Amino acid sequence: MFMRLACKSLLNRRGSVVLTVLALTVSLVVLLGVEHIRQQARDSFGNTVSGVDLIVGARTGSLNLLLYSVFHMGSPTNNISWDSYQKIASGKHVAWAVPIALGDSYRGYRVMGSTPDYFTHFSYGGKRKLQFTSGKAFAEVLDVVLGSEVAKKLSHKLGDQVVLAHGIASTSFSLHDDKPFNVVGILAPTGTPVDQTVHVSLQGIEAIHIDWQQGVKMPGNTVSTEQLAKMDLQPANITAFMLGLNSKIATFRVQREINNYSREPLTAILPGVALSELWQMMATFEHTLRLISACILVSALLGLSAMLLASIREREHEIQLLRVIGAPPMFLFLLIELEALLISFAAIALGSSLLYMVLVVAGDLLASEFGLHISTNIGSESTAYIMLLMIFSTVIAAAIPSLKAYKNARRK
Amino acid sequence: MAIHLQNVSFAYPKAPQKKVLDIQHWSVAPGEQVFIHGPSGGGKSTLLNLLSGILQADHGEVSVLGERLDQMSNRRRDRFRANHIGCVFQQFNLIPYLDAIDNIRLAAHFAATKQATLNQEMGELLSALGIAPSDRCKPTAQLSIGQQQRVAIARALINKPQLLIADEPSSSLDQHNRDAFITLLMSLVKEHEITLLFVSHDLSLSHHFGRVEALSDINTPDRMY
Repeated sequence: MFMRLACKSLLNRRGSVVLTVLALTVSLVVLLGVEHIRQQARDSFGNTVSGVDLIVGARTGSLNLLLYSVFHMGSPTNNISWDSYQKIASGKHVAWAVPIALGDSYRGYRVMGSTPDYFTHFSYGGKRKLQFTSGKAFAEVLDVVLGSEVAKKLSHKLGDQVVLAHGIASTSFSLHDDKPFNVVGILAPTGTPVDQTVHVSLQGIEAIHIDWQQGVKMPGNTVSTEQLAKMDLQPANITAFMLGLNSKIATFRVQREINNYSREPLTAILPGVALSELWQMMATFEHTLRLISACILVSALLGLSAMLLASIREREHEIQLLRVIGAPPMFLFLLIELEALLISFAAIALGSSLLYMVLVVAGDLLASEFGLHISTNIGSESTAYIMLLMIFSTVIAAAIPSLKAYKNARRK
Repeated sequence: MAIHLQNVSFAYPKAPQKKVLDIQHWSVAPGEQVFIHGPSGGGKSTLLNLLSGILQADHGEVSVLGERLDQMSNRRRDRFRANHIGCVFQQFNLIPYLDAIDNIRLAAHFAATKQATLNQEMGELLSALGIAPSDRCKPTAQLSIGQQQRVAIARALINKPQLLIADEPSSSLDQHNRDAFITLLMSLVKEHEITLLFVSHDLSLSHHFGRVEALSDINTPDRMY
């Protein structure tokens, strides 16, 4: 009867109740959304690279190097020479070295030139190795291995031909259309920028730029595939390289040696350290977002309180009547609290489903535009914590009108 | 005695110096139907609220159905009212967004009325009061004033009270409905042997009652000591 009374009373005032539910829903979606995306972003960030001891690039800030080498964002400051790479890679502490050459793109996806070693040494998310869903690593000059998302989005399969574009803009007018690549491998999804990367060999990168000068194609100068195979396609420059060391203890010594390398200004970074630095830089932003969403929730709860308080005034006769038929003042206190909680529960149900739908709809956009892979599973500890917090705050916010109802009941 | 008041005085907390009620001695026998008349502002509603236990006397003894209301805890007074006293007012007798059934159910909820036979009793009561089954499931705000007052009686009687307090229950009805209403009320009260306290400013109704009193005769707040 108690529940029925509360429900019917809310239904009777459905106009203001619906608006209050909507206000709470929106604030909850913001709060949960921010929290969810924050966590997902942090997880996918931390999982981007593992098993790599050092990343080496031209002299630059550690964050910049991390961003362009691992996240394929922004532009490299400078190239490093093949000689320097050779010299450092042959150092006695170095177990393996994988060069990276960036600068071209394929329909908006970054092209990364590397060696087949990349597929054996690079790992992500707790030392998981890259897996092929089909095909294998590139072997020939014009072979290409696609990240899972590239293959999925552009619906490519093994044997397809792709034409790379010069530069990194998503729409490029200077295409390397004289040398199409064959898709020989497709990687399994990783939830990291690898999914959005087009992998080719360093020789491939070199090959498509043979007849180019100063970033422009020289006309009337084509090299056939047969000729390419015979050519020495050793690159003169690369963008960066990853190092695996024999012993972790040597990491800082090798890093210092690279940073003090006399022939060329270089920077070596520890990916783990740089990742957490990058995340810390976002912490202020993160806190600000949380604070704003908390403020939105507070204002929505104040709105709830105001709505209920106004309803007490218009329900004075009702309160009086309930007293006459024997309702104790506590009943009225609990009735208003129950109404507030029902509104809150409705907002939680509506908010979670809305957030889920938003994530389903916006998930693809976030993944393709920002490389952010957000899971649609919003059930987590912190989500539950936020919902509990919201229920608790509702009880607090509703205490003002509930007390008012209680006092009215006592007075009469 | 159904009602027994002894040296009762009451003033509202906002004006503690101005006594609204001061009753030396007054009582009503069980099964009596008493008509109390008096001008507005004479303390009629205050007296009824005191008898139903919504208000508490500042001094004196308030006995209803043999129980001392002035000695009960708040919680017990609320239960006592739910179980033993029915009230009908001029207006706002029902929760407007609930239907007749739910309004009556709500009253039963606060009393110790058995749920098993509730539906049957409710049906009988509503039929006796002439509320058509189709009107029982409409929000009471959609019923006519006459229907609303009759549902209010059903609501007041569902817990089989020994005392029924009626505060101008017929004042919002027209002449025809008023007579029908009073006749119906009197027959139900007699059938269930309920003590009735009927307050109105309308003396023309007094012929229905066995005992007629002017509030000014009972209540003497301005008497000199």
